[in-house]
Amino acid sequence: MTVTESSVWVDVCPLEAIVPERGVAALVDGAQVAVFRLRSDELLAIANCDPFSGAHVLSRGLVGSVGDRVTLASPIYKQRFDLRTGSCLDDDAVSVAVYEARIADGLVQLRAT
Amino acid sequence: MGTGAHATQRRLVVVGNGMVSHKLLELLAARGAHDSWDVVAFGDERRPAYDRVHLSSFFDGGSADGLLLGDVDGATIHTGEEVVAVDRDRATVRTNLGREVRYDALVLATGSVPFVPPVPGKDAEGCFVYRTIDDLESIAAFAAGCRTGAVVGGGLLGLEAANALLQLGLETHVVEFAPRLMPVQVDDVGGAVLRRHVEALGVAIHTGCQTTQIVVGDRGQVSGMAFADGEQVEVDLVVFSAGIRPRDSLAAAAGLEIGERGGVVVDERCQTGDPRIFAIGECAHVAGRTWGLVAPGYQMARVVADRLCGGDATFGGSDLSTKLKLLGVEVASFGDAFGAGDEASEDVSFHDPIAGVYRRLVVDAASRQIIGGILVGDASQYDALASMARGDLSTPADIAPLAAPVGAAGAAAPMGVEALAGGASICSCNGITKDDICGAIATNELRDPGSVKKCTGAGTGCGGCMPMVTQLLGIELANAGIEVPNHLCEHFAYSRQDLFDLIRVESITSFAELLERHGQGLGCEICKPAVASILASTGNGYILDGEQAALQDTNDHFLANLQRDGTYSVVPRVPGGEITPDQLITLGQVAKDFGLYTKITGGQRIDLFGARVEQLPAIWGRLIDVGMESGHAYGKALRTVKSCVGRTWCRYGVQDSTGMAVQLELRYRGLRAPHKLKLAVSGCVRECAEAQGKDVGVIATEKGWNLFVAGNGGARPQHAVLFATDIDDEALVRYIDRFLMYYIRTADRLERTATWFNKLDGGLEQLRRVIVDDALGICDQLDAEMARHVDTYQCEWKATLESPERLARFRTFVNSDEPDPTIVFVSERGQPRPVREDERALL
Repeated sequence: MTVTESSVWVDVCPLEAIVPERGVAALVDGAQVAVFRLRSDELLAIANCDPFSGAHVLSRGLVGSVGDRVTLASPIYKQRFDLRTGSCLDDDAVSVAVYEARIADGLVQLRAT
Repeated sequence: MGTGAHATQRRLVVVGNGMVSHKLLELLAARGAHDSWDVVAFGDERRPAYDRVHLSSFFDGGSADGLLLGDVDGATIHTGEEVVAVDRDRATVRTNLGREVRYDALVLATGSVPFVPPVPGKDAEGCFVYRTIDDLESIAAFAAGCRTGAVVGGGLLGLEAANALLQLGLETHVVEFAPRLMPVQVDDVGGAVLRRHVEALGVAIHTGCQTTQIVVGDRGQVSGMAFADGEQVEVDLVVFSAGIRPRDSLAAAAGLEIGERGGVVVDERCQTGDPRIFAIGECAHVAGRTWGLVAPGYQMARVVADRLCGGDATFGGSDLSTKLKLLGVEVASFGDAFGAGDEASEDVSFHDPIAGVYRRLVVDAASRQIIGGILVGDASQYDALASMARGDLSTPADIAPLAAPVGAAGAAAPMGVEALAGGASICSCNGITKDDICGAIATNELRDPGSVKKCTGAGTGCGGCMPMVTQLLGIELANAGIEVPNHLCEHFAYSRQDLFDLIRVESITSFAELLERHGQGLGCEICKPAVASILASTGNGYILDGEQAALQDTNDHFLANLQRDGTYSVVPRVPGGEITPDQLITLGQVAKDFGLYTKITGGQRIDLFGARVEQLPAIWGRLIDVGMESGHAYGKALRTVKSCVGRTWCRYGVQDSTGMAVQLELRYRGLRAPHKLKLAVSGCVRECAEAQGKDVGVIATEKGWNLFVAGNGGARPQHAVLFATDIDDEALVRYIDRFLMYYIRTADRLERTATWFNKLDGGLEQLRRVIVDDALGICDQLDAEMARHVDTYQCEWKATLESPERLARFRTFVNSDEPDPTIVFVSERGQPRPVREDERALL
């Protein structure tokens, strides 16, 4: 079976729907994904479920940095996750899934897995 | 006891479980004495040892539990059990519960009892002494129905007791037999200066006044006092605080020698005539007298601990220097304060009746060394001067500047702990020297005063040395090149106060601008909300427009409180707790329609739980339609102004407390601050609104309002302090305006007013100088900032509902209208609640 590239990238929303340095939650094939827009318009995406509370809320956390790493702090108990690798900075044993995201024709796209 | 005893152990029985007894047990534990001694202590109070020196903190911010001294390893402590007899022949003690315990060594640490002068009526209902936590609780309970109270005794303890009565909101009298206050510590001029300070707080002082009778009313209750000069005053409550007497009756009954003026006579080993029996603390008569302070008691405990471990320590007397803060006034006396022991002494003194400052230095005429002194109103030089009197620091050739006020032309620069010799005592309660502390800082890499206290024990007695300990720590760290930054986070090398000033002075209006000028990186979950709060305090625009939207915590972002399952709770404002039937009906109907869980909050409001993000605008639309508005429960902002029903309905109320609460809540609603703010207004001294546990508490009086500030409930309860008494509405609002704005300007991030106040240099007096006397010249600014807040307030929810753009964020998924499928409720006690993980599998 041949899968063209366009069939795995899913349109989510216009770029303007995301405030710079904030996130939104998207449903992709039943999975909840948190997508964040940096000031540079780079997009980063991780699973929306906060592993510490079980609540699907990471899209509502605050974007920040620790040294060179771009981070997201959970709004529930404030643990920080590396937005590029998904690893938790406050607990080595914990990480969240990372999703690929891009802008195409002014639209935010996520790659379905 | 006995269960853990080894066959080779001897038994030590300690009678009494006060501070000195506790110190002995601690010292024995520290020296590992429990291998050879089975230690059993009895205390007749129901609580284990607590900090009696800071008893009045129970009323201004402390609590009974906060005063407890903590557990000691290896000792069995029986509280609520009093030793009633000592049988020296059989070497046993017997308790009030009939228990008999054999001893190999016995330490009497029974302390003292308050002296109650034998005046008629002294046992009437409403007469108290001031010694134990139980005494304080009885006083507080009785004071609830009282208007005025009197303290018999104007000494150190008497003024502490007066402070307690003031904190309880009573009109307070102090009656002292001597011609001045604190006759033991200060001279006539010092007493007069002290008197003026205390009178300024509204305390009526009667010196040279002998109480001849406690007047008792029809119901056996105190109704007044009569004095030798024929005067009478009406009072509802009397506290006797006229000195202490050693508690020596147990020893006397056992046939031990008692001093002429009381006290169990012991030698320099703290040993009685019976070699197995020791006495320490306030019950002991040693080196020719009894010692009514904690520091000598601790020294005696050290002697006995050493003796029980085979040492040969002795007690040869003690330094009675004291530095206290009574009713906000600093008072110190040190060394030979009256020059009594030195005929050839001379005085250098300074007296400023306007500023209320008095300093008297006693100088040995021959050696030109300071040998003692008295400080009233400003004791900031105490540490250095007391060190000179002890001989740890040499007196400079030019003595006069030492007596002059700090900051005055020619005055000596404050002499710090730097000048002290290494062997100089810093904590005289525990005998800890400067070298001890410096060594511990270096060895254990201590970085904050709390760690120094924990590691060395310095400051665990009276606590008076903590400023010196803190200063010493700062110097040691600076000398070692160690920086202890109070930077907000890695993105800003500034404290919150620094950032506040930068934003205000440079008129910065955005996080990006601040980051570019003064920071680095992207920011984080710490600095973003902190800066958002400052921008809200300085700019007061809608908090979610433009770039600010990216700074807010989720609570502020969705104007609701995030709960553990990802839903939010909604709290409309209910000013003063006053709510109409129609609003109640709407709240109920909205909760029903949206399936919300409802609960009454501690702040007299109604909280609706379980709202999904996309439901919030519809819920708020309904609430705003009946005239409700955002309650800012989600923000670091004014929460509620709690109130009782006041004079309008209540038989006891003396002012319209609900009306005032509504006025204050509407004035400060939406005010963003370093942390949440809670206020309360009570309509009388019964204090049903619990105003003294709030950031700002207002209690009605016959003449107006008493204003309390910097109280706290929650995890670290702290009693508010009385800031002003009997003020009118206009002054009340003005002081609160300034207090809040000063706090907002200068507090650290997430610092409640209580913590901020505790750290404030100069404490309550300084706060009054800033707010009442405008000592910093900033009151105009503070007033203007508050006026701008009041003028530009808007309901954030109303503003949100009016804008489709602002409403756009209120959806769970950016690409679907589905709700979050993981949010599931089950029913409990007739209402919804989030499903637990163990239940989710069953659904």
